[in-house]
This record gives sequence, C-alpha cells and structure tokens, in this order.
Amino acid sequence: MDARDVSRALTRIAHEILERNKGASNLLLLGIPSRGVPLAQRIAAKIASVEGHDVEVGSLDVTMYRDDLRMKPARALMRTDIPSDGIDGKVVVLVDDVLFSGRTIRAALDAMNDLGRPQAVRLAVLVDRGHRELPIRADFVGKNLPTSLVEKVSVHLAEFDDEDAVLISGTSADDAPSREEESR
Amino acid sequence: MKKHLLSAGDLSRDDAELILTTAEELRSLADRPIKKLPALRGRTIVNLFFEDSTRTRISFEAAAKRLSADVINFSAKGSSLSKGESLKDTALTLEAMGADAVVVRHWASGAPHLLANAGWSKSSVVNAGDGTHEHPTQALLDAFTMWRHLGNLDGRRVAIVGDVLHSRVARSNALLLRTLGAEVTLVAPPTLLPYGVDGWGVETSYDLDGVLPKADVVMMLRVQRERMNAAFFPTVREYSRRYGLDGRRMANLQDHTIVMHPGPMIRGMEITADVADSDRSVIVEQVTNGVAVRMAVLYLLLGGSEPALSKNAEGDE
Repeated sequence: MDARDVSRALTRIAHEILERNKGASNLLLLGIPSRGVPLAQRIAAKIASVEGHDVEVGSLDVTMYRDDLRMKPARALMRTDIPSDGIDGKVVVLVDDVLFSGRTIRAALDAMNDLGRPQAVRLAVLVDRGHRELPIRADFVGKNLPTSLVEKVSVHLAEFDDEDAVLISGTSADDAPSREEESR
Repeated sequence: MKKHLLSAGDLSRDDAELILTTAEELRSLADRPIKKLPALRGRTIVNLFFEDSTRTRISFEAAAKRLSADVINFSAKGSSLSKGESLKDTALTLEAMGADAVVVRHWASGAPHLLANAGWSKSSVVNAGDGTHEHPTQALLDAFTMWRHLGNLDGRRVAIVGDVLHSRVARSNALLLRTLGAEVTLVAPPTLLPYGVDGWGVETSYDLDGVLPKADVVMMLRVQRERMNAAFFPTVREYSRRYGLDGRRMANLQDHTIVMHPGPMIRGMEITADVADSDRSVIVEQVTNGVAVRMAVLYLLLGGSEPALSKNAEGDE
C-alpha cells in the first residue's frame, strides 16, 4: 500500500464508522501507541471534514496490560491520553495499525476496564494480517493482507517514518523489504 | 542502573530520563477512577525500615500497591530486629519468604549496599535512605518536580541550603542533578559542609543572599539535630537568621524560582511559614510526585523479565 492507498482506506474507515454510529455523536477514537495514535487523529480529521464538527481523540497505552510483560525486559510506557470526562457511556473506537494475534487488543480491553464503562467498543485497523490467537475481530479494516507467519508487516506513517506505506518483508529467501503491495 | 537502586550516582542520564518520563505517565493515574495498574501483580515487595519514616514508607507502599504488588511492611520497632537480629539473618528470612524487592531504610550508611551485594538474597534492593549517605528516590522525585516546572534542567541553577553534612538528600541530589546537567550550589555554614565536598563537582557557598537571586530552584534542608553530636552553630536564632528562608529573602528570587523541601520541615527554623505556604512552594507537590517516581522505579526494576535500565560496568547481578 502506498500513501494514496492508506489515505483511501482511512477515508473509507471514517465513513464506515459514521455509518455504523449514525453520525459522530458520542464517539471517542482511542489510538494504541505508537502508530495507532496518528491513525486515530487522521480518521478523526476525516470524520470532522464530513460531519463538520470535531470528534474526541485520545491514546491508550497497553504496555502494563500485555500478557508478555514478564517475558521481556521492562518496557518504557507510552502516552495515555483520555478525555477529562472519561470513557463512560461513549462509543469507543480503538485504532491500531496491524491486527495480528489479537493480544494487543485484549490488553486494550483490559486497560479500558480500569478506565470506565463505554457504551460500546469497536475496533478499526489499517491492516488485518490474520493469524489470530484470540477470539477477536475488527469492525473496520483498511486492508486484509493474508500473510505467512515468517513475513513481517510494517506500517510506515509520515509522523514517524517520513512516508506512508505498508510493507511486507522477509518473504522466504529474500530478506530485503519488498515493495509488493500484496502477497497473495 | 542494574538490578538495584542504591545510589543516584549509578544512574546514567538515559536511565534518569527514562524514570522521569515513566513517572510522568504514571502521574496521570492519580486522576483516574481506579488507581491501579496490573504490572506487578504477584510480585512481593518488602518495606524494611530500620529507622522511623512516615512519608517515604507510605509513599513506597502506595506506589507498590498501585502497581498491584503485595506489600509487606517490616519495621524495626515491634519485630525481631529490636531483639538484636542481624541484617544478614533478616535478609535470609526475607529471601525465604520470596521477596522480589526490598525497600530498605537504615540508620547506617552502606547497609543497602551490603544487603544487595553480600549474596544473601536474590531480590532487588532499593535504597530508601541510608544514614547520611544517599536517598536516590528522593533525588529522583525532586528532579521530577523541577523538570515539571522548569522543563529541561540543563544549565539550571539549584541551590541546596542548610545541613548538607547530615543530608543524604543533598548528596543524592547533587549526583543526580549533575547527571541531568544542572548546576548545583550547596549553601551551608562551614561546619555543616561535609569533608570531601570538593570532589562532588558542585559549587559551595557560605553566603545565602549572594546565591538566591541567580537560583532557579531553592531546596531547603532540615537541620538534623538527631544526628548532631556537637555544636555546629551557636544558636537556632543565628542559624535561621543566616541560613533560613523568610519572606524578605523570598522577595529576591526570580519570578519562576520554586522553593522545595524534602520534609519534614521545621517551620521557623530553616523556612518560615509564609514561605512554606506561598505560591512558590512545591513542597506538597513533591509528595504527590514521590508516589509516581517510586512507581516508575519499581516498574522499571521489576516489571519485566529484567530491569529496563542500562547496566553499568560494575554491575552486580
């Protein structure tokens, strides 16, 4: 996926969120750091341009809720930014770059449990690469990208990497990142 | 840092900044409905206090509990420590109970170091104040408070005033603030400056009024009369006239300068009530920040399979 594909996918996600929610009222977009946060902001900007008023955006760090916390050296925390009136009663849309095992989303659901009780929680991801290890699915998907487990999907965003792109690398013999959009 | 936090001097700049940024994230927990994170679930932290303390012990206890650790409080009074049990036997007992970390406050300088390095136990040791030596988490919370008010500490001037000789807070602050790029001036009567202070890499002065107008931070220290075994100054009145912070002196400070005190403070001795209660005073905020900083330290030491902080050459794992 190149920059235009990413932008089109986010535009479609924004419209799907609005359609599902019947408007932008009561919405809160929570990005999961690091790359989910700018994605949430971009979706919010697109929603704002369609609906004409801003939607709330925040970020939710799930580091302390991860099930592999004890398996690696202690990790630095990322930003958690929740609106001052909390998440109670809102429709929260979690935003992340890649949906893979589903463990990050499980951690996010646990983290939210300590923050309040949303009316509903939905999930938007730029890329769904399959290989779920938990019963979790996305409500809004930018692109389904069937991959093999040896491949690595990396999402580049202008906020971090000076470009927008989704890259797959590590396909069988050649280790160099290939510019292939799809590996199907 | 390594497995233990024994001295503020063991922290590299990266370590210290990691602790401060982690503390900044954890500070927001105080505003949430459920003040609890699961990071240390199932870990056991022992508060081993050989010396009286309310602030530090409660602060460590709150920090550990907010991270879901199990906390065991062990104080010298009312335990077998008062029956003459040695530090070694206490350490072996704690090891047998499966403590993951021991937070130790001891009247003898170096006791935490012994506990960490003698091979008696495998747990992490956090120094919560040893004699007149060090109090690294106090320095971290002081630096955190300054950082929140002043931003980057590079080139900032910090005046530490009062009983430097008996102050573990002053020593830890001097070490840490230098790592973070601040310029530290110790202000005290000649009798209350420690021997060997020239090697700390800080300025010293006997003249408070000369130092105050340039300072960005003024940190007042308590006169530790319980540790004094000689006459270090003629009278309390003379001490507070020359080295106390009162309203007149406060008027000479720059507009952004903050006034700090590690507590417990003696109003009327090193600081007057109007200064302690003024807008410049961040003394109450220091206590709030203490919990966040101690959470950050405990999380970074115990949260993962190994500490997050860089190991230094003389690592003792």
